[in-house]
Amino acid sequence: MCLGIPMKIKSINGKLAQVEAEQLLRTINIQMLPKIKIGDYVIVHAGFAIEKVDPKRAEETLRLVDEIR
Amino acid sequence: MKYVDEFRNKKLIEKLVKKIKTATPTDKINIMEVCGTHTQSFFRFGLDKLLPANLKLIAGPGCPVCVSPQEYIDQAIQLAQDEGNLILTFGDMLRIPGTKSTLEKERAKKGNVRIIYSALDSLSFAYRNPGKNVIFLAVGFETTAPTIALSIIQARKENLKNLFFFSSLKLIPPAMDYLVQDKRLKLSGFLCPGHVSCIIGTKSYAFIPRRYKIGCCIAGFEPLDVLEGIYFLMQQIVNHKPCVQNQYMRAVNAQGNLKAHKIISRVFKITDASWRGLGRIPKSGLKIKNEFQRFDAEKNFSFCHEPRATSHEPRKCRCGDILKGLISPADCPLFSKICRPDHPIGPCMVSHEGACNAHYRYR
Repeated sequence: MCLGIPMKIKSINGKLAQVEAEQLLRTINIQMLPKIKIGDYVIVHAGFAIEKVDPKRAEETLRLVDEIR
Repeated sequence: MKYVDEFRNKKLIEKLVKKIKTATPTDKINIMEVCGTHTQSFFRFGLDKLLPANLKLIAGPGCPVCVSPQEYIDQAIQLAQDEGNLILTFGDMLRIPGTKSTLEKERAKKGNVRIIYSALDSLSFAYRNPGKNVIFLAVGFETTAPTIALSIIQARKENLKNLFFFSSLKLIPPAMDYLVQDKRLKLSGFLCPGHVSCIIGTKSYAFIPRRYKIGCCIAGFEPLDVLEGIYFLMQQIVNHKPCVQNQYMRAVNAQGNLKAHKIISRVFKITDASWRGLGRIPKSGLKIKNEFQRFDAEKNFSFCHEPRATSHEPRKCRCGDILKGLISPADCPLFSKICRPDHPIGPCMVSHEGACNAHYRYR
């Protein structure tokens, strides 16, 4: 099951990170994302961060929708 | 931005729906959404009802539980029947009907089947149960594969002797290659899975437009994501320019997650694999490499070959045809009559991502 809701990194401790989405807090593994920082949003799959969410590209997606004529 | 509400903006959804209606050609268009979570998004947000009637969405094979072959389920049940084994599984697997039983029924008898959320949890189960063979049922696609591989690497580092992984991991592009060649489906485009693509990247789909002249669009899971993905596909069809487009660019790039690729190829080798409904597809599965064979359940346990007693299989169940996209759930004679989420006959009714389950709950 793909959980589409990105989670925000609250703290990092080695291979693990605390993430939150709304009221939900979890500990996840971040070995697949070596360059992740506190405050980044990540896509989480089965307890692992699999990709960082790029805020600029998210805005660009929304802008493109808005610009469709 | 929290990446949720922004992509559920009603005004933008309405605008996009209008645009899709004007962009959609008048002939019949068949789009396959490969991912089970896309199927769920269409129904959950009622998006399918907003689309033009001639635009047909076909649920693809993107629910890992649904495509696990009967033989795998039966072997998992066999493992659960040995009290010396402790079976760990993602929750959806519990209720998949095997030939004679389910993991849920075995759990009720012996209590040795547990649900876990992450493959890494298997390590703590192995520590807490030193007298048991702890066996994790590793099902999933490219998204799940690196999480299993990292768990196996960690198990080796910690020198765990009682932890095993039973792999039925599968690869999405070979299944798409198989489906696109089925002339009965008359596919006009693929809506490609978001999170599998985070791992494999947009380049993995390039062969589809190149070889078959059929377009692909990777999309996220929010309403605006899937609708924009459909809009892009309609434009490709109208302009006769099939290509790979990336709507989910906030999480997917061309190459995918290179670290994940390395992790997968360190632990797994690509093999042919059986898919429920689709049959055997070349180079579509992942098995544990010999280097890690002491963690491979297939190498460490023997399975008695159950006769493929077709009489035991629910003959009227049409999951196979549904997974191929040949019929829709409502066309199955069992759907919503004797096959329901509380009493599933076939795997597509079990998982929340299954086409039948989503149809039942939201239609």
